Amino acid sequence: MSEIRTVDARGLSCPQPAMLTRKALQQSDKGTVEVLVDSGTACENVSRLAGKAGWAVMVEEQPDRGCRIVLKK
Amino acid sequence: MSSISRFLTSRWGPIITGIVVGILAPVLVKLGNPGNMGVCVVCFSRDIAGALGLHRAGVVQYIRPEIIGFVLGALIAAFLFREFKPRTGSAPLVRFLLGMFATFGALVFLGCPWRAYLRLAGGDGNAIFGILGLTAGIGLGIVFLRSGYSLGRSRPAPRAVGWVMPALMVLLLVLLIAAPQFGRDAGGNPTGPIFFSTTGPGSQHAPLFISLVAGLFIGFLAQRSRFCTVGAVRDAILLRDFRLLSGVIALLVAAFVTNMILGQFQPGFEKQPIAHANSLWNFGGMVLAGLAFTLAGGCPGRQLFLAGEGDADSGLFIMGMFVGAGFAHIYNMASSAAGPGVFGPAIVIAGLIICVLFGLTMRDAKA
Repeated sequence: MSEIRTVDARGLSCPQPAMLTRKALQQSDKGTVEVLVDSGTACENVSRLAGKAGWAVMVEEQPDRGCRIVLKK
Repeated sequence: MSSISRFLTSRWGPIITGIVVGILAPVLVKLGNPGNMGVCVVCFSRDIAGALGLHRAGVVQYIRPEIIGFVLGALIAAFLFREFKPRTGSAPLVRFLLGMFATFGALVFLGCPWRAYLRLAGGDGNAIFGILGLTAGIGLGIVFLRSGYSLGRSRPAPRAVGWVMPALMVLLLVLLIAAPQFGRDAGGNPTGPIFFSTTGPGSQHAPLFISLVAGLFIGFLAQRSRFCTVGAVRDAILLRDFRLLSGVIALLVAAFVTNMILGQFQPGFEKQPIAHANSLWNFGGMVLAGLAFTLAGGCPGRQLFLAGEGDADSGLFIMGMFVGAGFAHIYNMASSAAGPGVFGPAIVIAGLIICVLFGLTMRDAKA
């Protein structure tokens, strides 16, 4: 059950990063979902959406100035 | 500084931005901008297109400093908060065309989404049909987004790519100040290559410096708060996320109150400033605009702010707006106070067909 699902939303326009994340969260009731984004806007939108859905949100800044968002439930 | 940024990226950010726009826009009208047009991204792009000679409608030609300020204000914010990220490659050609069609639709209504709300806040009842059309267009865009619509991914680009739009805005500012008049008309009078209206809406403007500073301030705030008048409705319907919508409501309320204080609230449908009372095409024009903005990922203001962050695809969308505004006036597609232009309804229908085809056919190659 330790499998990590990854959503790669880098380079996508609004609202696709949030939509892809929502789809991934709906497919997995619990566990760990990792979302990769490359803009502050997408990072905030994904974090807000997951937080509202009851997932623990951890944001790691990446060296390429993107973000890796780890969602756990 | 970082506490300001945190505040603006919180749920209060769009509300603060909306209040600032709602206050500044009617004040800019008081200082000289056209009625209910303190800020209108499409109208102002149309004026810039006219100033550059892309159309020769003599009453709508002026290089609007607010537009320059929007891009450069967002650039300053992006630099301060390490968000200047040059990027491109997400279907640039389609984005250019979406910019054109959004402008065609908005010029049939006579205003972008920002101005639709500002018109309503000034008492212009015709804006209700525009806002209904805008919402319908966004709803149609959401149907495509739900069925997998995507323009694909952008990729990091050389830093110079991100500087092109800001540099273009600096050039526009130089042209505004220098106002070169090298050409000569038939009577030998100086004219062009930069044109400025002497009558009509293009001749009405607040003092350059005030317009520029207002634009810079709004651009700075909006880059941080992600303010977007199309994303507002889209996120509320699609994601049940009301963060951006609260900003639009704040804009509407602040502009209404400011108009009341300044004595600029004139309720009614007839003889509204730079508006017509054809409800069908006020609605229809904004269906096209709402759909095109949604397919492009955001309202025209947002496209300017993204361009300030280095997004060259948004930059090309804006180029599409300039070119579209030129076509709209050359080919009688833009409306006037008398009503829709001769070819306005036809271009709305043609634009809707093309945008629906984009919605049905654009899919991310490796989604």
